[in-house]
This record gives sequence, C-alpha cells and structure tokens, in this order.
Amino acid sequence: MGVSEFTLDNGMQVLVRQDHRAPVVVSQVWYRVGSSYEGRGQTGISHLFEHMMFKGTEQYPEGEFSDIIAREGGRLNAFTGRDFTAYFEILAADRLPIALELEADRMANLQLSAEDLATEREVVLEERRLRTDDRPEGRFGERYSAVAHPGTGYAHPIIGWADDVAGTQVDDLQNWYEQWYTPANATLVVAGDVEPQAVYELAQNYFGDIEGAAAPEVHDPEVLSPPGERRLIYRDEQTRVPQLRMGYEVPSFATADSARDPYALLLLATVLDGGDGARLAEELVRGSQVAAAAGAGYNPMTRLDGEFSLYGVPGDGDVEAVEAALREQIKRVQENPVSEEELERARSQLLADHLFELDSVFYQAMQLGMLETTGAGWETLAAFEENIRALTAADLQAAAQRYLRADHLTVGIMLPAEAGDEA
Amino acid sequence: MRRGILALMLLLITQTGGAMEADIQQWETESGSTVLFVERHELPIVDIRIAFDAGSARDGDQPGLARMTSNLLLEGTSSKDAGEIAREFERYGARVSADSGRDTGDVSLRALSEPARLDPVIGTLATAVAEADFPAEAVERVRRQMLLGLEQAKSSAADLAERAFTKAIYGDHPYASAPAGTIESVEAIARADIEAFHARHYTAANATIAIVGDLDRARAEAIASRLSEALPTGEPLPSLPEVMLPEAAQTVRVPFEAEQTHVVIGQPSVRQGDEAYYPLYLGNHILGGNGLTSLLAERMREERGLSYSSSSRISTGARRGRFQMATQVRNDALEEALSVLRGSFTELREQGPDAERLDASKRNITGGFPLQLDSNRDLLGYVSSIGFHGLDHDYLTQFVGRVEDLTAEEVRKALQQHLDPERMVTVLVGPAATVNAVE
Repeated sequence: MGVSEFTLDNGMQVLVRQDHRAPVVVSQVWYRVGSSYEGRGQTGISHLFEHMMFKGTEQYPEGEFSDIIAREGGRLNAFTGRDFTAYFEILAADRLPIALELEADRMANLQLSAEDLATEREVVLEERRLRTDDRPEGRFGERYSAVAHPGTGYAHPIIGWADDVAGTQVDDLQNWYEQWYTPANATLVVAGDVEPQAVYELAQNYFGDIEGAAAPEVHDPEVLSPPGERRLIYRDEQTRVPQLRMGYEVPSFATADSARDPYALLLLATVLDGGDGARLAEELVRGSQVAAAAGAGYNPMTRLDGEFSLYGVPGDGDVEAVEAALREQIKRVQENPVSEEELERARSQLLADHLFELDSVFYQAMQLGMLETTGAGWETLAAFEENIRALTAADLQAAAQRYLRADHLTVGIMLPAEAGDEA
Repeated sequence: MRRGILALMLLLITQTGGAMEADIQQWETESGSTVLFVERHELPIVDIRIAFDAGSARDGDQPGLARMTSNLLLEGTSSKDAGEIAREFERYGARVSADSGRDTGDVSLRALSEPARLDPVIGTLATAVAEADFPAEAVERVRRQMLLGLEQAKSSAADLAERAFTKAIYGDHPYASAPAGTIESVEAIARADIEAFHARHYTAANATIAIVGDLDRARAEAIASRLSEALPTGEPLPSLPEVMLPEAAQTVRVPFEAEQTHVVIGQPSVRQGDEAYYPLYLGNHILGGNGLTSLLAERMREERGLSYSSSSRISTGARRGRFQMATQVRNDALEEALSVLRGSFTELREQGPDAERLDASKRNITGGFPLQLDSNRDLLGYVSSIGFHGLDHDYLTQFVGRVEDLTAEEVRKALQQHLDPERMVTVLVGPAATVNAVE
C-alpha cells in the first residue's frame, strides 16, 4: 500500500501515503468525532464546531488561516460526517509546514466567542435550508434516516435539527473542543510528493508539544437487533416524481464478524448495479421497464453497522411495482448463486475501480482517514484484492441469505401530495 | 460550458518547469480528427475523451436533441443491444460514459492499459459510437427518463434559477435553452431527428480525441485511428451565431415556496480567446471566485451570516460564456443580500481592487497551478478543452504570465468595459410575496 504510520508521544497518529506524480501535497487532520457521537439535544454540534474552527486563534485571527493558504496558492476546507470531522489543505508539496503549523495552532488555541457563534449559527441554518429544508429529497432523506437507524447515532442528520443548532451555546462548543479535539483523538493523513520521515519530523515539531487528555471512551449501546421491518410513506407537496429507497442494516468493515462479509456485500451490490450491464439496469430499467432508474450500493466504511441500499424511480408512477421488483432481485441472489460470468465481471470491475482510485491523491488520503476514524484501520484495504478474488458464488449467496433479511429492512417511499392535500 | 481557465492552467505544472508544448503531443488522424496525447506511465490506466461539436448549441429549434442523442449513444447498434455493449466494457473493468453540455457532446472512457484489456474495449467503443442505431424501444425509454428528470427539476430552486438565468441572458442565442430541453420539446423529438443529428455531428471531422495515460505514441496513434476511422468523415459545421448582450437590466421572478430565495445576477461574459478574459478572470477571483477568501464570502457569510454560499464565477465558451454572482438567503434577508451583492460588484467595478487583494489573488492563481495536476482525469479535461477550442499548447504559460502582469487599473477597465450593471439580469426564485417585494 505504500503507507507509513507513526504515533507521536501525545498519542496523535500520523499516516503518510507517498505519491510522487506531481509536486503536490494533501494534508488532512481527522478527529474521531462526528454526528453519531452526539446526544439528544446537541445534534449538529460536530458540524457547527467545524464551522467555528475557522474563527481564529490569538496568533491567527479569523480569516488569517484561509488568507495564508490562499496566498500560498493553496485550497482548504473541512467536512463533517457521521463518524468524523476533518480539515484539509491542498498545497505545493514544499508548503506542507504552513498547513501543519496552522492546523496545530487551531487544535490547541481556538478562541470561541458568543459573537462569532451568533453569526456562524445563521450560516449553518442557511446551509440547512439549502441542503435539506427547501428540497423534497432532503426532507425525505432525514425522515428515512430516522426510520432506518432507530436508536443509533445515525438516526439524526449530520447538520442537526434546527432547534438544536439554534440552541447550542459557546460553553457547549468549548466542552466539545476539550473533549474531542485532543491529539490522541486525531489522525494526520498526508498524501502526495513527500517523504514519510520528513513528515513525521514536521508533525513532531508542530503537534508534538500539544497536550491533551487521552482519547475519550465511546459507548454505543447495542440497540434493537434486529430492528424489524419498517415502512415509511412520506408525501411531499413539492415532489413531482415518486421515489423509493430500501435499506438493509448490514455489517461494515468495523463491525463484521468475518472480514470477508463486507467484500461479499460489495460484490453483491456490483452484481446488481456495477453498471448498465448489471442486473438492475438490464432487468428493471430496460427489460420490464418497471423503473426509469434503479440502483444498489454499499459503503463498508462506517463505524456502526452500515446499509446495503437500493433505490428506484418508477417509470409510470407505480412505486410498489418497483419495490416488488427489487425484492424479487434480492430473493434471487438468496435462492440462486450468481453465474460465474457475472461474478468474474463484478470482480473485474471492483479491482479496476480500486486501481482507478489511485488516480486521486485526495481520495487516497480520504480513504485512509475514513478507514481509521470508522475503526476499521488503514491496513484494511491491503487485503482488498485477495478478498475479492477469494469469494465464490456460494459465499455471495450465503451473505445475501444472512444479511439481506426482511427484519433488517427499511422501505421508504416519497410520493407527491394527494390531490386533496394541497391547500 | 467548458471548464474555467484556472483548471486549464493547472496543467502547466505536470512537468515541473517544463515547456508545455513538449508535453502535449498533437496530430490529426487520416479521417480528420484532432488528437491530443499526454503520456503518463505512473499508473496502468488510460483515459480517453472524444469531444464532438455536438452540444445543445446545435439543438436548432429542438431543445434537448443533443442531450437525447448523447443519452442514446451507447444504447445499441444493429448487432448489439445496450446491455451487451455495457457488459463488453464491464468485463474488462472499463468505465464509459456519454455526456453533453452547451458546446460539446463527450464520450469518455477509463480503462486498464494492459493490451488484453484495453484493445477489446476500444473496438467496442468505436463501433458503439459510430454505429449507434437508436432502437425505437430505447428512444422511448430515454425520452421517459428525460421527461421524469424535467418534471423533477421543477421542484429544485437551483434548477429553476439556472434555467431562468440562461434564458434571460442569452435571449435568442442557442445557448439560451437548457441542454436537457423542455417537456414539450423532448416529447416532440422523433427518432429520425436523433439519427440525423448523430449523422451530422458525430463525425471524424467534428471530433477532438484526448488521450492521457500509460501508452506510447504508437499505441495512442493506433487507438486514435481506430476510433476516428469508424466514424463517417463528415463536414465542418457552420459557426455559431454571436451572443448579443441584453439591452437593459432586468429582474426575473420565479415563484417557488421555500424558506430561502435563490439569487443569480449576471450577464454574458466574453468568448474563449478574448484578451479581456485575463483581467476579468482576476477581477472575478477577487470578487467571488476564490471560496472563503473572496469579497462576497467575506461580506455575505463571515461578516453578516446571510448565506452559506455566496460566490461568483466567469466562464467562456465557443461563444460568450457568462459572469454570475449567486447566493441563497432566507427570505427576510433578500433585500439586504441584493444590496451587498450589487454593492460589492459596483464598488469593485468603480474603484478597482485594492493592492493587497490584487496581490493575494495573483499569488493564489499563479501559485495554485500544481494543485489539481495530481490526477490523470483532470488532465484529460484540460487537454480536451485545449484541443476543442484550438488553444496554443503554451496557452497556460501565457495565461499565468498575463495574470501576473495585470494592474488594478486594467482589472477595473475590463470590468467597466465588459460587465455592466445596466445590462445585468437578476433572477430570484422564492415565494411570490418575497420576490415581488424587491427590485
């Protein structure tokens, strides 16, 4: 894999991925905290805090961080997920120290003020309106997650409920900072035209003196397993086209009993929807034409159990016919082994895609960060090819029988308002 | 629209300090297609894009025709159906797609470079594109998908704003219509129209082939010839008409129930190759083209908390591209937002940038080259643009030099000359009471 790993004395992890194709470096600081760590009443705090990380320190007041990186010809931003909060810079490789100095400074010295919070809270509420409140798909998505992940940290939206965002105070943010933004809870991922030892020395220099508590213990309770089959019917006045989402709660890299299971699920998703030649396009979109669009997917990089998801848009408005067709597809992979030709095609696609991913330095760093913060460990993908090659049609069938079960299933349907509903 | 020039310039650094001319190899196939090739051997992969002058600018009086042709391009030949074609790529792990915008219809392929895996998919691609025969079943299916997409777009404020904006700034020009067409126009397109569009536009003479990846020149030549030879020779297309500027400022209001109003303000910009593009590019970068450090983001977001996203962009095309400022604000703050957007633009246009902002933006632009060079895929996009627009191979070197030499006065003059508040279109998508209450 060409990854080097170091740990600083304060517990901070450093991962370096060399890629010397261009004189560029991607620097990402990942914190093991995201929306799934939030409790009742504090939803959205991970994301709001991410915004506050741009509000400055004594040494570099608000705006300085971005101005410095821009002047150096760089780009920067941050993102919050369910399992992580990450901050990144992309720069000419010789400017890496600038990014590390600035990130170390805000890991230790962030200044939080009520005035800045008041402004930023409005920005986040605007972001929420833009992404969720004003879009039918956004409104449906929040409802779907609430039903699909009952009792877990994945049930509420990353951006948080508007009430919680409006109610978050400076003290809450200060506590969040002290609790989660310690070096022992962080991973620095550097990818690009760099030498691992040199990066380690820079990291030691800038981050090594930051003191902090040990990484907090996280407790995610065992909840509702199996949760039982659930059905959401959501009518939305602005929806023009019905949509169907189906999701089976399944293990992730981090939660699987057997390391092979996530790969079996990846192969199953590829057999169903690896491209326009795969089953869903061939049979639902072109064959019966019951769906105008249909798909399947599975992301194994989640800290808690993940989801094997299916979606469909009916060709003629009959969303239940699409649901029946997708259920039939699941039944088929449970009852019959996939053909050797299909399995080999799915393997070729996954292995080629895995290689294509190497084209993006940023994505390589992303992948390491996601593997680490979801608890799978960055080494996980070293066994990618071996696992993909080893799995047989019987393994896929067994995984389908074991995991794609009705008592793990959520069906979500978004429909236009009924004729009489519109005021 | 093609990608902005910032993206283009990034190409330069691939060979650190090297002359760009040497890096792009260019030739013409016997059938008359232009080929641009960059060798990159670090990964065993190849990216290919065939760009045809077959974007929605060629729709004529049938909006959506170019897009529908592109959507149907890989849907069947006389001997193979869509599934068979798709599986011939998938078997070898190759990814293929057909897309279309205003200027081009593009076919892109990403594949492993090993000959046993690459050669078969090149054959499949050549045949599928050249011999597409648009089965009646596929035409109806794709039509239904496009109609559903158009129906769905009605519930998106962003889509409504984009449509209203291009319609207003481009007037009678072919750029005015949305590449996806309209429900009425897509319903009316006949299979014969698609066949005729394909025959006229998907030709060797009308194709620019960009290749980036793990090949030597001989293999690249063989691939380009294979793709080009399969196509009919074709004839050159007539030039597109010039874009006329709007006569006067105008506000277009689109009623849409939502908590926010979407705002787009702008006008046609300049065309690819116009000298004024350099100072306009720099002016736009200072105004709203550089993320959080731009004037608009500072004033709208950082200082006032009015919006999550406030930015501006400038693009060019085969004809005039566009300049636009865009934001989304809660309905009760619309008037304040409009005043900040318009005020910031007018201030920059009248006074020019201050020395500090000018310098910071220049440093960001010139220092930022290497940043996106880390991927073959991005490189492919840049090389394809250079080929399609017939730009010099050292265009990027020139670009950086030109930006570095610009003065505040030159930026001010270009803004004054080419972007005029008296001709700007404002599009507001939001609740009727909100959008009707402002100018």
